[in-house]
Amino acid sequence: MTEYVVRFLIGGAVVSAFAMLGDALRPKSFAGLFGAVPSVALATLGIAIYQHGAGYAALQSHSMMAGAIALGVYSVVVCHLLVRARLRALSATLLSIVVWLIVSVGPLFLAGGRT
Amino acid sequence: MTPIRFSPSSLREGRWYEYVIRFGLGGAATAFAGLVSSRYGASIGGLFLALPAIFCASATLIETHETRRKREAGLDGKHRGRKAAALDAAGAALGAVGLLAFAVAFSLLVESSVPLAFAGGSLAWLIVSVAAWYVRRKWRLVRRAHPVQKAIGSRCRGAIDRLECGPSNPRSTERRVQ
Repeated sequence: MTEYVVRFLIGGAVVSAFAMLGDALRPKSFAGLFGAVPSVALATLGIAIYQHGAGYAALQSHSMMAGAIALGVYSVVVCHLLVRARLRALSATLLSIVVWLIVSVGPLFLAGGRT
Repeated sequence: MTPIRFSPSSLREGRWYEYVIRFGLGGAATAFAGLVSSRYGASIGGLFLALPAIFCASATLIETHETRRKREAGLDGKHRGRKAAALDAAGAALGAVGLLAFAVAFSLLVESSVPLAFAGGSLAWLIVSVAAWYVRRKWRLVRRAHPVQKAIGSRCRGAIDRLECGPSNPRSTERRVQ
């Protein structure tokens, strides 16, 4: 339980710091880069190295590549839903989570991903 | 030159509970990634290092801020809010390329040196993200300068073009929404 509290506090602090930095930057398209800053990755990989070693973190970073590709697809889909379908930001971002899941987890399951 | 600038006054627009929401979502996403890793293994858990949980909150807050700002000026801000969120999403798509670069650099360096892996990964994210943003910006400025290319652009790309600030588009959202 303590481990997850520590993860929560470290993750919350790192994400908040990068989010505030993104808020303060202009123009908006540049600030948008901080929507994909590796804040959760920095916190999680640091804890992973401390607990399980570098090999475990390397394995996590390999599958993170698939997650990053899925995030790119997700962002494009959100952009199109906002501009074309005129959805609200909350609806567009939540609906597109399905796309992120399909693009990231789908190939891993199809390939019989090694865990 | 690029018009990148630091505007700390923007932080005053945020409400205290918005920062609490971001802290909570960031903490929850990190704890969730750890939970998935311990339950299903590092390969599945690693995917969740790129979970767009934070982006949901950021895009919603940007839309809310822009809508609020326009309403305070006596206008309906829904359209502007949606466009600002779309611009943020376009930036996040470029940031995702940087995130991929972070993962590649980190995986290559972590087994030789941990501090180097974090420094190299972060630097890779910064360089690739900023370069992608710069190239996209330049490409759009060039595209706008050619009427034929401009004419064949899709409806969505055209809408995003109108959001971008540039010398040929002084009425753009981005220039006004600072």
